[in-house]
Amino acid sequence: MAAIADNAAAPLLRIRDLRKSFGSHEVLKGISLEVRAGEVVSIIGASGSGKSTFLRCINVMEMPNEGFFDFEDFAFDFRAGARNQPTPAQLRALRARIGMVFQSYNLWPHMTVLENVIEAPMRVKRLARAEAVAIAESLLERIGLADKRGAYPSRLSGGQQQRVAIARALAMKPRLMLFDEVTSALDPELVGEVLALMASLAQEGMTMLLVTHEIGFAREVSTRTVFFDQGRIAEDGLPRDVLYRPQSERLQQFLRRVLHEHVATSAAREAHP
Amino acid sequence: MTFSEWLDFFLPYVPGFLHASWLVLVITLLVIVVSWVAGLVVALGKASQIGVIRQASAFYIWFVRGTPALIQIFIVYFGLPQLGLGLSPFVAGVLALGINGGAYVAEIIRSGLSAIPRGQVESSLALGMSRSETLRRIVLPQVVRIILPAITNEAISTLKNTSLLSTITVVELTLYAQTIIATTFRPFEFYAATAVLYLIMTTLLSQIAAMLERHNARYL
Repeated sequence: MAAIADNAAAPLLRIRDLRKSFGSHEVLKGISLEVRAGEVVSIIGASGSGKSTFLRCINVMEMPNEGFFDFEDFAFDFRAGARNQPTPAQLRALRARIGMVFQSYNLWPHMTVLENVIEAPMRVKRLARAEAVAIAESLLERIGLADKRGAYPSRLSGGQQQRVAIARALAMKPRLMLFDEVTSALDPELVGEVLALMASLAQEGMTMLLVTHEIGFAREVSTRTVFFDQGRIAEDGLPRDVLYRPQSERLQQFLRRVLHEHVATSAAREAHP
Repeated sequence: MTFSEWLDFFLPYVPGFLHASWLVLVITLLVIVVSWVAGLVVALGKASQIGVIRQASAFYIWFVRGTPALIQIFIVYFGLPQLGLGLSPFVAGVLALGINGGAYVAEIIRSGLSAIPRGQVESSLALGMSRSETLRRIVLPQVVRIILPAITNEAISTLKNTSLLSTITVVELTLYAQTIIATTFRPFEFYAATAVLYLIMTTLLSQIAAMLERHNARYL
């Protein structure tokens, strides 16, 4: 978490001409993006614009059809028949260094909070149990759930479960964190605790890519905002430029719609606190 | 008949009945092993990429579930010798009931696997866990909890189905009772005793399963 941008020139992640189709439907039509260590990139866009698929291509949960990929010492060419297509072992090693948090938490219900957090460090990194537990305890302390270490996920609120899911990803000491609409399934009053945790991670210099509908959060926490439209990156820049001075008609429309919904839900929240 | 005369009459048969009951448990255990092996193979076969294997698995399930267990037993015991494969009554019986149970176990496993949300697997793979680790540590423990009630029912009907083997001269509890009745002419008492022995065994099975279920429900 500590080492930020010591090599500011070389990007941590570099993606060029990434394409992904499901059947005959092309969801990503050539995405290129470079992310430097310490950057917090928020990805916005309408549903179906390809932003979640893009995130899932970064840890290759979805296998792209085409594109070039560089992350630390991994270099892939996703074209069919290419020599450096990722092997299963490379994918596991890559995923061990890229944390991902999902909309639906996906904690394992048959394991306690502590067991959820130590599982991957023990299996994937072959850490001794005591070592994994020490890491997990300091993370649970940090997210304010140390007293829940022995609880099963079903006993926790949605916000608590999502914080544990973030801790579970952090326990692998990832160099990059991916957040896929992590507050979308939460009750409105539980969104804040998760966003606060993410903001503190960003302040510590964690490199983050987050797909979000929380425009306010994108504006305040991210260092860069990318707008996805119909499988392409339509705008890319500082949050204040992209969000306050949108260039394209499509982004203006999108922001009007999202902000309108936001105002409507805020009003509803104030009316029924 | 006074009670003591009655006791004197029945007591000599107790060891024989207990032994026959023990045989029922042994057969049940062997059949469960065979049906789990068959069930796992067929469940995986049904999910196979290869069309022929998928169709063969579907045919197996369709045939077994659509015909009486008794006919399946007869085919294995009386029919196979005609094709040159003569089996002892015991082996034929275990094999036939195992094949029968396999179809039901396959369906149970398949429904258990499909009940695990995709996200459970994804979150494991996203942390760098391998497919086999994910299956072993994340998927199977949850599947076992989900299918335990169905598996219990299946074990209980397996135990009851062993009585069908009386028709191919396996001297398990039912056939043992019949031979005793043939010489004593006391069908009511001996069949009642037989029923009680089956009842004790099936109740024991469901008690064990209930215990396991309580243990597995701790995280719900």
